[in-house]
Amino acid sequence: MTIENKLYTLKYNPDTVSHLTPDIKQCKKCKNKPCTYVCPANVYEWDSEHENLVVNFENCLECGACRIVCEKKSLKWEYPKGTKGVTFKLG
Amino acid sequence: MNKVDVIVVGAGPAGIACAITIARSGKKVVLIERGSFAGSKNVFGGAIYTQPTKEIFPDFETSAPLERKNTEHKFVILGEYDSTTISYKNKLSESYTVIRAKFDRWMADEAKKAGVYLVEKTVVRELLTENDRVIGVKTELEDYYSNIVVLADGVNSLLAKQIGLRKDIEPKDVALSVKEVIKINNINERFNLKEGEGCIHQIFGGAMLSMLGLGFMYTNKETVTIGLGVTLSELVERGIRPYELLEDLKHHPTLEPLLKDGVLEEYSAHLIPEGGYKKMPKLYADGVMIAGDAAMLVNNLHWEGTNLAMISGKLAGETALEALDLNDFSENVLKNYEQKLKNSFVLKDLMTYKDLISIASKKSDAFFDYYLRKVNSFFKMFTSTDSVPKRTKYREFIKSFFKERKFSLFSDIWNMLKLIWSILK
Repeated sequence: MTIENKLYTLKYNPDTVSHLTPDIKQCKKCKNKPCTYVCPANVYEWDSEHENLVVNFENCLECGACRIVCEKKSLKWEYPKGTKGVTFKLG
Repeated sequence: MNKVDVIVVGAGPAGIACAITIARSGKKVVLIERGSFAGSKNVFGGAIYTQPTKEIFPDFETSAPLERKNTEHKFVILGEYDSTTISYKNKLSESYTVIRAKFDRWMADEAKKAGVYLVEKTVVRELLTENDRVIGVKTELEDYYSNIVVLADGVNSLLAKQIGLRKDIEPKDVALSVKEVIKINNINERFNLKEGEGCIHQIFGGAMLSMLGLGFMYTNKETVTIGLGVTLSELVERGIRPYELLEDLKHHPTLEPLLKDGVLEEYSAHLIPEGGYKKMPKLYADGVMIAGDAAMLVNNLHWEGTNLAMISGKLAGETALEALDLNDFSENVLKNYEQKLKNSFVLKDLMTYKDLISIASKKSDAFFDYYLRKVNSFFKMFTSTDSVPKRTKYREFIKSFFKERKFSLFSDIWNMLKLIWSILK
């Protein structure tokens, strides 16, 4: 089963602005980019053509792993606003 | 100005236990939860423990939304294709499976009945301080003031970090857990259970062979929960996607038939504090205490977390009541919280296992790979009927340890003894 299909099972109320803000200048220097594979919701994708980190924040499960693995410690990470983000029905 | 006796941040087991303890003594307490309702952001493996839950909610067995009463505990050691299982069964149960969205919400309702003022859909953005003393919280909408703030804001606890009670978490101090709740029609038949009874699987090896990680499977009323937790640093170093690891685990020949034709109801993920005693933050400061996951209170060997959360919340609540009686909210009084934790199983157990993670991670190739495989190869040898004389087989098996581990064998034994000594001394 693909991660997209897994994420379809979740209830989200996405915000219009991202609660995850990477510092792209630092991302460009980051070799390993662990956020692009450790994230359990595949939120981060590196666009090598445009040298940009795509952040699919609407899919975020709010676990906090990306913040901890960020090698440059340059990811601004906060909880989504009170009414926003994921709601677990079966956590 | 909104001023109350105590503000508790986070309506999980720690926060609710704390708030209800304070409210039951007639003090004014506000419990602030960032989710739409208590439980909506909360994820765990699957079971709450009967005795500690009764300490907060004496009648929960007759009134809380419970899934199944766990009567069987299975320890499953997976090889790549084979497995060995030890099962302990006892109809006297120690735990129940619950769904947090239902159970935490029920606990929060009980807290409201006891007089707790529950504020949902509200994120605490920072702590308000005055002369290094915590005096309240800043939310998106308004500021709240209190004599004491209790941080029960979960594993990420940005608030504890803000006031310097702890440093940032490192990838080796947390496990990333992913889980799936899968609908299955005939759970009783598949898991050989009576109505209302459940079974827990603790899973070693398999997809997680050689990694500092474990799998789990729990039975709910009509669903089965399967998941795994792996130390975050292992995922980073090996370049592993956690959900792919879970797919591999689900397809192990021992587990696959149990989940066959199941329908995925919900996927989720959460961090588990793994640092133990050595990585605990400072638990108190002027006007503030920390409880539950925010304080790293998890016993990873025994899979205990919600119970440590509830009891630490209760003890923080009792300490807050003492401080309110004395009208002194400084460290001098709040340090009693740490003493209470030290006198209870909470810190006693964390101290017992303080060396577990460092030894286990140093020897993960041994304890999470080689010896797990060896358990299976022992039973493979023992059950094989291939006209090789038994004595030859035993000798070959014993020789294989020396041949395969060489000098590591001595350091394996040494570390095992060191671990046992650290636990028993």
